[in-house]
Amino acid sequence: MSPLELITDHTIQNVVIGAALLGLISGVLGSFAVLRKQSLLGDTMSHAALPGVCIGFMIAGSREMGILLLGALTTGALAALVMLMLTRNSRLKTDAALGIALSTSFALGVVLLTHIQNQNNAAQGGLDAFLFGQAAATLRSDLWIMGGVTLVALALVIAFWKEFKLVSFDPQFAASLGMPVMWLEVLLTVMIALAVVVGLQMVGVVLMAAMIIAPAVAARQWSHRLESMVMLAAVVGVAGGVFGALLSALSRGLATGPLIILSVSSVVMVSLLLAPGRGFVWEGIRLWQGRRRLRYQQVLTTLYRLALHHDDPTFRSEQGMLDTYHGHRTRAALRQLLKRGLVEWRSAPPEEPRGAKHWVLTPRGRDEAERILDSLGRGES
Amino acid sequence: MQAALFDNAALMIMLVGALVGIASTLVGTFLVLRGVSMLSDAIGHSIVFGIVIVWLITHQQSGPVQIIGAALTGLLTVFLTELLVSTRRVKKDAAIGLVFPVLFSAGVLLINLYARDVHIDSHTVLLGEIGFVWLDTLTLGDYRVPQALVWMGTMTLINGAFVTLFYKELKIATFDEALAKALGMAPSLLFYVLLLLTSGTAVAAFDAVGAVLFVAFVIVPPATGYLLTDRLWMMFIHGSLVSIASSISGYWLAVFWNVSIGGMMAVMTGVFLLLAFLLGPRYGMVAQVLRRRGQRRVNEIRTLAVHLYNHEDGPEQWAENVTQALREHLLWDNAKANRVVARSREQGLVECRGQSLVLTEAGRDMAREILEPTRNGTGSLKTAT
Repeated sequence: MSPLELITDHTIQNVVIGAALLGLISGVLGSFAVLRKQSLLGDTMSHAALPGVCIGFMIAGSREMGILLLGALTTGALAALVMLMLTRNSRLKTDAALGIALSTSFALGVVLLTHIQNQNNAAQGGLDAFLFGQAAATLRSDLWIMGGVTLVALALVIAFWKEFKLVSFDPQFAASLGMPVMWLEVLLTVMIALAVVVGLQMVGVVLMAAMIIAPAVAARQWSHRLESMVMLAAVVGVAGGVFGALLSALSRGLATGPLIILSVSSVVMVSLLLAPGRGFVWEGIRLWQGRRRLRYQQVLTTLYRLALHHDDPTFRSEQGMLDTYHGHRTRAALRQLLKRGLVEWRSAPPEEPRGAKHWVLTPRGRDEAERILDSLGRGES
Repeated sequence: MQAALFDNAALMIMLVGALVGIASTLVGTFLVLRGVSMLSDAIGHSIVFGIVIVWLITHQQSGPVQIIGAALTGLLTVFLTELLVSTRRVKKDAAIGLVFPVLFSAGVLLINLYARDVHIDSHTVLLGEIGFVWLDTLTLGDYRVPQALVWMGTMTLINGAFVTLFYKELKIATFDEALAKALGMAPSLLFYVLLLLTSGTAVAAFDAVGAVLFVAFVIVPPATGYLLTDRLWMMFIHGSLVSIASSISGYWLAVFWNVSIGGMMAVMTGVFLLLAFLLGPRYGMVAQVLRRRGQRRVNEIRTLAVHLYNHEDGPEQWAENVTQALREHLLWDNAKANRVVARSREQGLVECRGQSLVLTEAGRDMAREILEPTRNGTGSLKTAT
């Protein structure tokens, strides 16, 4: 397909718009979910969407997107409620309650799905797509619904921006300001279900959790401010979503959900490695530099102490002796010092074997060593 | 006779279902108690990757090597998750939700790519095919035994042996990790072995119940046990009973409604959990409500006894110690006042003399004990109930 055909192709257009909507809403809402440590609640709610989709189908009698999604929203929210009830009223902890709500509601969905499939209803084709997502099956009418849901969610986030922000970071403080913390939390939780609903067609119920978590985690690495984090998460979500969905639409038989998740996850990987300040690569470099600096500072102060001890500012220290004293080879450290003009070398006196270098502090090296020792409180000397 | 047993499809299906539940309960109990049950979700999903890889390499569907190879993927997930958490860039819950979807996605895509070579379609990945377990058989001695039964039986035995051999260590490591460390028990090694067994169980159960339904068998039966008992070994018993009951009832209901058998079994575990949640003897909702109501009644009677005792023989005795006064002074409504008086009379604590209420000797003793708990020389704050 040529690029022009790509842009004008009806299916491709649908896929791209759908994936963009999904990335937008899951990036924005996922940011709050991840900050509030509710990542796995998204997992539970997305699995719990399956029975809702099936019930919606049984009521509508056909693949009526609006009703399917309404069903998914209802059962997703119900699962969150069940999970809350189990943790409040029994001795089960959050993790067990999440797992129970996730697995039993998904099982219920499986039962309903097989029930529908056994009805031999021709219209049931495409329900399977909700398991792993099938971007190519997206219809223009589905997009209107997905767009509407996204719009509602974004409007809510903008309207309650200050409140959501406070509830995410400091719920006690929010409560002391008289905010209805419980209702705000309920609203944020229900909104995760909104994101799940938008993702059903594209990613499917099984992998939707990752779509909520991954863009937010990637964005978190690049930003310390909620405003920019939410926007970045939306960008990551849209980019990963569109890329994965396009790949799936262009290749035959590859499920959309896994492709989208893998592309978003690669952004997470790159962010974890390379994000300025927080990236592993930078941290590794910092660590290595610090270790090197420490090495040569150690050697420098040793030279200084030796000179002090012998009352001779130009005391010649032999390299082998420095190696023995430090327990490791000091050549690299000495070369560093030499390059900075903190030490210089003299050839060995004639009575010693040739090649053995002797090192002497320069005046600048003396100042530097004194500065280091001063900053350490002079230590034991 | 035995051969006929192994040819009985219904029995085989129920047996495999029960074994999946029992083997999972043995490891799941510790996951639930440690508060890490969502790891089973991660393990269940990520072994899909391992299974596909192992299959592509060995072209063998099942066997010990296949189980161990795929199980290592489950362990890899846990390891990567903990690595991610230890960098402090990502919180634990988000880390779990990041790692397993990647492996799961890779597994599903590989299935899509090698669809012609791999025996699993992406449907089976999620749901399993417990209804067809009797199709794949192994010949053991004279009998043709379903493969799933052999591997699930093996995993149940291994898990059972592990839990029995290291019962004390697992118990201490679960409830008091610091103590286990101090005693030199290597709790984290123990935990990793437990997770390896969980992964192995997931792989063995994979053909029967798939990746997601497995989570129900790991978490729900032990959680049900947790709602019913305080004893660790009783949790295993309860969990196993729930597994067996779910397997049998799930099978027949699924046949009756013509729906997914594995799905129905998992739904039934949820039903039993709900029953335990509502009707459990100590922690059940009904028991809690009843206990609270009983406590409230006892308190009402004690309040009445103290009220009467305080005004006994006082100048206002005739004004205070009547049912009427309870309404004004204790803010009880008429019905409640009458109820409490009636109950107190039944228990022989209060008598009616005309309009006024009089404490019996037993009622007086009760009031005294409440007001002056140490007077009887017992020195304890013993309260009468």
